[in-house]
Amino acid sequence: MLRLEGVHAGYGATTILHDVSLDVAAGEVVTIIGANGAGKTTTLRTIAGLLTPTAGRITFEGQDVTRLSGHEMVERGVTLIPEGRQLFPEMSVRENLLMGAYRRAARARQAETLEEVLELFPRVRERLDQNAGSLSGGEQQMVAIARGMMARPKLLMFDEPSLGLAPIIVSQVFAVVDRIVRSGVTVLIVEQNVFHTLQVADRGYVLENGEIVLRDEAKALLANDHVRRAYLGI
Amino acid sequence: MDILLQVLANGLMLGGLFAIVSVGLTLIFGIVKVVNFAHGEFLMLGMYGTYLVTSALGLHPFVAVIAVVPVLFILGALTQRLLIQPLMASGDDHIQIFATVGLSTALINLALLVFGADIANTPPHGLRAPVEIGPVRVLTGQIVIFLAAIALVVGLQAFLARTQTGRAIRAVAQNRAAAELMGIDVKRIYALTFGIGAACVGVAAVLVAPLYPTSPNSGTYFVLTAFVVVVLGGLGSIGGAFAGSLLIGLIDSVAGFYVGSDMREIAVFGVFLLILILRPSGLFGSRLKLAHVSP
Repeated sequence: MLRLEGVHAGYGATTILHDVSLDVAAGEVVTIIGANGAGKTTTLRTIAGLLTPTAGRITFEGQDVTRLSGHEMVERGVTLIPEGRQLFPEMSVRENLLMGAYRRAARARQAETLEEVLELFPRVRERLDQNAGSLSGGEQQMVAIARGMMARPKLLMFDEPSLGLAPIIVSQVFAVVDRIVRSGVTVLIVEQNVFHTLQVADRGYVLENGEIVLRDEAKALLANDHVRRAYLGI
Repeated sequence: MDILLQVLANGLMLGGLFAIVSVGLTLIFGIVKVVNFAHGEFLMLGMYGTYLVTSALGLHPFVAVIAVVPVLFILGALTQRLLIQPLMASGDDHIQIFATVGLSTALINLALLVFGADIANTPPHGLRAPVEIGPVRVLTGQIVIFLAAIALVVGLQAFLARTQTGRAIRAVAQNRAAAELMGIDVKRIYALTFGIGAACVGVAAVLVAPLYPTSPNSGTYFVLTAFVVVVLGGLGSIGGAFAGSLLIGLIDSVAGFYVGSDMREIAVFGVFLLILILRPSGLFGSRLKLAHVSP
């Protein structure tokens, strides 16, 4: 479904990703593991079209999407739930969710999708008419995930969904991510809680200093000595 | 007593005038946070457009709406796309400001070249006829401006709150990066917003031209007050800008009559400074809204 071939990308003159190749098949859950600054967020932003690769090629559903911009990628069915939530603070939760369904393919079914998504997030339903900026961090993360689902994406990307949240909220966020994963959406996830993520993922990539150093089944990565030492602290 | 009522009525009518001129600016400067110092020159061009249509074709000035509004929409959208958008990438808001000051100067001199420095008077077609409401007397055209200002304010508010495009404009203003992630074509929304803002000032131009003389400097006369009104009301608050317009109109009228006409601007800007000292975010602005003035 998604394929990166030899992608180089970065900000201005600084190249962060060096020759990154990875692929995600339809229905798969794939995770990217790496330390802070390894280039995980850059990888997701490049796929989402917010950054344009300086070299290499990205294809989605067989078509070249290397040079497409962010909104064009959303139209194709690729949605990124960004790190740090990035809600529209002065809009109500309902309006935030409706913005999620801005994509043409999602707009016509927006009422129906809203009902489906709210089934998953009963707490969000209670907050529909509140300003998004007035919610707690955990509630904002739930809205951010719900907003991402409103686009009815083919590929849903999560960037650090549990970052900065209290432990009890983290487990709620994971419960939601697990349910989305089981619902059959194709998922690419970057998450600091490597142990939990490798348990729900099918496959994983290990990114170090902007390069893919390891790729394997999630179960194999859980057993891998390097991964256990560097990322699981075992 | 009757004199006071007349002074207040004049103030409200003047407020309506400030309101209609600043509606477009509320959208561009108040909501999307881009400073456009050529806003007044858009008004001036619209007034000349109205003058040409009315005097050349002998039509009622309001008919000019059909031509002036679409032309200004395109002019606004092009200004954003060709002048401001390329400068937004620089990340320095000052460059945009200077660019629009440059555009303003260029348009004033272009008008001087084409129309000359003489004043152009749009035939009023009965719009300067007085109407008596109880003890006060106002002009028909002033009432039209006042009502049209209310209609534009209500319409713009409904557009921003209820329509998908209106919500997209607010989304871009609040978080540009997140808006892109929603699938919003951010550049298109900026151009569209500028177009709508310029179209609003086009409506104002058509209504103002029959009452006020048109000259290359017509825009500068109105635009400073329009900026004051938008800031006074609280950036981003459309209703606030309307209330601010009425307040400034009333102060101008009352000070002009009771203190002296040369004291009007001192009174207006004195009150403006006082309100900003006491409430830095304006009459109806919240502190949160000021947090992302420079994105």
